[in-house]
Amino acid sequence: MATTLDKVDVVTVGVGWTGGIIAAECAKEGLKVVGLERGQERSTEDYSMVHDEYRYAIRYELMQDLSKETITFRNSRDQKALPMRQLGSFLLGEGLGGAGTHWNGQNWRFLPYDFEIKSMTDAKYGENKLPAEYTLQDWGITYDELEPYFDKFEKTAGISGEDKNPFWGKRSSDYPTPPMKKTPLLSKFETATSNLGYTPFMMPSANLSEAYENPDGQQIAACQYCGFCERFGCEYGAKTSPEITVVPAARATGNYDIRFNANVVEVMKEGDRVTGVRFIDTVTFEEFIQPAEVVVLTSYVMNNAKLLMVSEIGQMYDPETGEGSLGKNYAYQILPGASGFFDDQMNVFMGAGALGMTIDDFNGDSFDHSDLDFVHGASISMTQTGSRPIASNPLPPDTPSWGADFKKASIENYTRTLSVGGQGASMPHRDNYLSLDETYKDVYGVPLLQLTYNFTDQDRALHKYLTERAVEIMEEMGAKTVVGRAPISDYDIVPYQTTHNTGGTIMGGDPATSVVNNYLQHWDMENLFVVGAGNFAHNGGYNPTGTVGALAYRCAEGIIKYSQDGGSLV
Amino acid sequence: MAEKKNVSRRDFLKTSGIAAGALVGGGIIGGVIGANTRQDTAAPSGGSAGQSGGAETTEAVRGLQFFKNQQEFAVLQQATERIFPEDDLGPGAIGLGVPFFIDHQLAGSYGENSREYMQPPFQVGEATQGYQSRLKRNELFRQGLQKMQQEAQSRFEANFVDLEGEQMDEILTAFQDDEVDMQGANAQFFFRLLRQATLNGAYADPIYGGNQNMDAWRMKGFPGHRPSYINEIESEEFVEFDPHSVGDMLS
Ligand SMILES: Cc1cc2nc3c(=O)[nH]c(=O)nc-3n(C[C@H](O)[C@H](O)[C@H](O)COP(=O)(O)OP(=O)(O)OC[C@H]3O[C@@H](n4cnc5c(N)ncnc54)[C@H](O)[C@@H]3O)c2cc1C
Ligand code: SF4
Repeated sequence: MATTLDKVDVVTVGVGWTGGIIAAECAKEGLKVVGLERGQERSTEDYSMVHDEYRYAIRYELMQDLSKETITFRNSRDQKALPMRQLGSFLLGEGLGGAGTHWNGQNWRFLPYDFEIKSMTDAKYGENKLPAEYTLQDWGITYDELEPYFDKFEKTAGISGEDKNPFWGKRSSDYPTPPMKKTPLLSKFETATSNLGYTPFMMPSANLSEAYENPDGQQIAACQYCGFCERFGCEYGAKTSPEITVVPAARATGNYDIRFNANVVEVMKEGDRVTGVRFIDTVTFEEFIQPAEVVVLTSYVMNNAKLLMVSEIGQMYDPETGEGSLGKNYAYQILPGASGFFDDQMNVFMGAGALGMTIDDFNGDSFDHSDLDFVHGASISMTQTGSRPIASNPLPPDTPSWGADFKKASIENYTRTLSVGGQGASMPHRDNYLSLDETYKDVYGVPLLQLTYNFTDQDRALHKYLTERAVEIMEEMGAKTVVGRAPISDYDIVPYQTTHNTGGTIMGGDPATSVVNNYLQHWDMENLFVVGAGNFAHNGGYNPTGTVGALAYRCAEGIIKYSQDGGSLV
Repeated sequence: MAEKKNVSRRDFLKTSGIAAGALVGGGIIGGVIGANTRQDTAAPSGGSAGQSGGAETTEAVRGLQFFKNQQEFAVLQQATERIFPEDDLGPGAIGLGVPFFIDHQLAGSYGENSREYMQPPFQVGEATQGYQSRLKRNELFRQGLQKMQQEAQSRFEANFVDLEGEQMDEILTAFQDDEVDMQGANAQFFFRLLRQATLNGAYADPIYGGNQNMDAWRMKGFPGHRPSYINEIESEEFVEFDPHSVGDMLS
C-alpha cells in the first residue's frame, strides 16, 4: 500500500536545471513546492577531490546508475531493441543538479530560425526542400517571444560572453559578465577564421570570467581554468549549476523541500487532470503518493517521455501513419570536425568547459542552402576544455591503436593536437522516435523507454559539408597534418557523442502535432507541465541548455499564471 | 624454437628490468618494481606525533585481489605490456603497475558491472547496440586471458608468456579482429576492454595502483591534479609541471 503524503502546490520530478528553475520561481511566488529526486544530495564540498579522470570521466561517478534503469535502442523498426547496458553515446544525470552538475557550461540561445524553421525553410526554398519523411515543424513560439526568458536564465547563471556574432538573435541586454580569457590557442582559431572571412567570437560560458552575484543573491565564483570541467563538478562553485544557484534560491524561501532517493514511476490522473505522482523510495522500496495541484516533469528528455507513456497521457506517435505526438521528433546531433597535428607543444591540459571561440557562418540559415542537399548547419568551435591523458590519445593517420607505435604517437601528439568541431543540427525524421519497450523493465518493474534512431541522409550531407569547412579552418591554422572526421554511417550508441538528446515531448501550436503548448503545458491535462530539451521540435547547431533554461522560465511563468487563473494558458 | 624464444624473453626482461625467474616462473611478479607513488612526501610542518613512517617514502605492498592463478596474471602482464610497451620514453604497462591496477579493478565494482544494466534476456545484437553479454567484466577477462593462453598453445605450442613479442601481437590482433571464439562474449569486445583498461591503468591517478611514480603523466606532459591554471592559461610557452596526485590532498 502506498503512503499518501500531504498535498503540495507543485511537485517536480527530478532536480536538475529545469526542476531547480521551476522550484525557485514558484517558491518565490509563495507556492509550496516539493522536488522528488531519485539521486542524492550533493554540493560543492563533494567536488574537492574531483580532479580524477578515471573516477569521474571514465567510470561516470556522477552519472545515472544503469543497473536500475536504462533505455533500449535499435537503429530501425525491423531490429529488436536491446538495452544500453553501459553508458556511452550520452551521459544521463542523477542526483542534485542532474546533468547540470557535470556539464561543460557552453551556453547558447537557439537561433531565431530554429523556432520557425518550417515556415522559414518553406518560404525561402519552397516546400520540397526536404523530402516528406523529414517531420520539420515550427515550435509555436518565436525567438522574440522567448528572448526575455533567455535573458533571465543568463542573468541567473551569470553567463560570460560577448555580443559579436552577426548571425544570432537580438539581445535585450549584454551578457552579465565579460568573456573568458582569450588564450593563445583560441587566438590561432580567431586568426584563421578571420582570414577566411568569418566572424569568430568568444563562446558564451557558464564558467564565469569573474565572481558574480545573481539576481537571486546567489554567489558564483570565478573560473580557475583547472581543466576538469566536463563530467566533473566544480570545486570552486565557478561553473554555474543548479545546486549553487536556483536550488538554494528556492530553499531560501522556506517553501521548498527536496526528497532524495525518490524515484517517480507514475503520474496519477483523474479525468482530464493529474492529481500527483507515485514514487518509490530507492532505499526502502516503500511506495508513496505525492498529491499536487500541479505536476511538472523535469526529469530529462528520456524519463519525461517515459512517464507520460507509462501513465498513458497523450497520444503515442505512430511512425506508420505519422499520427500522434508523444515520442515524435526525437533528434540527436552530428559532430563534423577536423584535427590538426602541430610541431610545437601546447598547454592543452589547461582549460575550462566552455572556453572556446565559435563561428556561426555555417549555422542555421546564415549561408545559402539553394544548391545544398540539407538544411541548417552547425556552429563551428575550437574549445580548450582541458585534455586529459586517458581519453586523449590523438593519432595521425595510419597509426595503430596499440603497441609501440601507438605509445610513441599518442604521447608525442597529446600536447601537439588541436581540434575544430561542429555541433551539427539534426532534423527530425519519421523513423526516429521514442516509445516503450515491450521486453525490458527497470528495477521498479516499469518498462524501459525505447529509442529508435539512425542518422539520415540530411545528417550525412551536413556532416560532410561541415567537415570540409572544419578542414579548411584547420589548414589555415597551420597544422602540419589535418584529418577530417570520417563520414558518418549508422548511429552507434557505444562511443560518447553528446548528451544533446531532444524531442519526444515536443512543443507546438497545435495539439494534433505537439505534446505541450508554448508554456510547456500539456494539451490534454492542464495542470501537467513537461519541460526539457524533449520540447525541441528538432535539434539545433548548439548545446541545448540555454534554450532549456529559457523554456523552464517560460514554464514557471505559466505555472504561476495557471495557479492563479487555471485553464489553458494559450 | 623454444630456445630462441627464451633468449629473446630474457632480452626483454633485461630491458624491462624485471627479474627473469620471477616473471617466467610467475613468482612474485612485479613485486620488484617500486611503488613509490609519493616520492616527495615531506614531513608536514610541525607534525611528528602520530605520523607513521616519518618523512620516509612508504613502499606500498601489492598483491592480487581478483586473480587467483599466477599464470593468468602473467598473461595479463605480457598482454598489457604489448599494448603499452616500455621504450625510450619510459616504462610500459608492467613498469607502471597496470596489471595490478586491472586486477584491483576487476575485484571491485568495475569487474562486477555493478552500475550496468545486467538484466536478461541477453541477446546478440548489432554492433551499434553495444555490449550484450551476460558475462561480467571480470568473467570476461579471465576467459579472455585463458583463451590467449590456449591460442599460444595451439598456434605456437608454447605458453603465452614465453612467446616472442610478434607472436603475442599476432594473438592480440586475432582478438582485435574477432577471430577467436569466446563463450558468451566476443573477442573483439574483450580486446577493446583490455586495451582500454591498459590505458586506464597507465594514465589514471596513481591512487588506483597504476601510473607508478606518475611516470605515464611525465611521459605525456600531463600535470595531474593542479587546482588552477589561471596564472598560466595565457602563456604562449609550453609550461612544464611536476605532476601531482589527488592523493596529495589527503595527508
Ligand atoms: C558530460 C555533459 C556535458 C554537457 N555539456 C553541456 C554544455 O556544455 N552545454 C549545454 O548546453 N548542455 C550541456 N550538457 C547538457 C545539459 O547537462 C542538459 O541539457 C541539462 O542538464 C538538462 O537539464 P534537465 O533539468 O532537463 O535534466 P537533468 O539535468 O538530467 O535533470 C533531471 C533530473 O531528474 C532526475 N530524475 C530522472 N528520472 C527521475 C525519476 N523517475 N524520479 C525522480 N527523479 C528523476 C535525475 O536524477 C536528474 O537529477 C551536457 C551534458 C553532459 C552529460
Ligand atoms: S574549469 Fe573553471 S568552471 Fe570548470 S571546474 Fe575548473 S574552475 Fe570550475
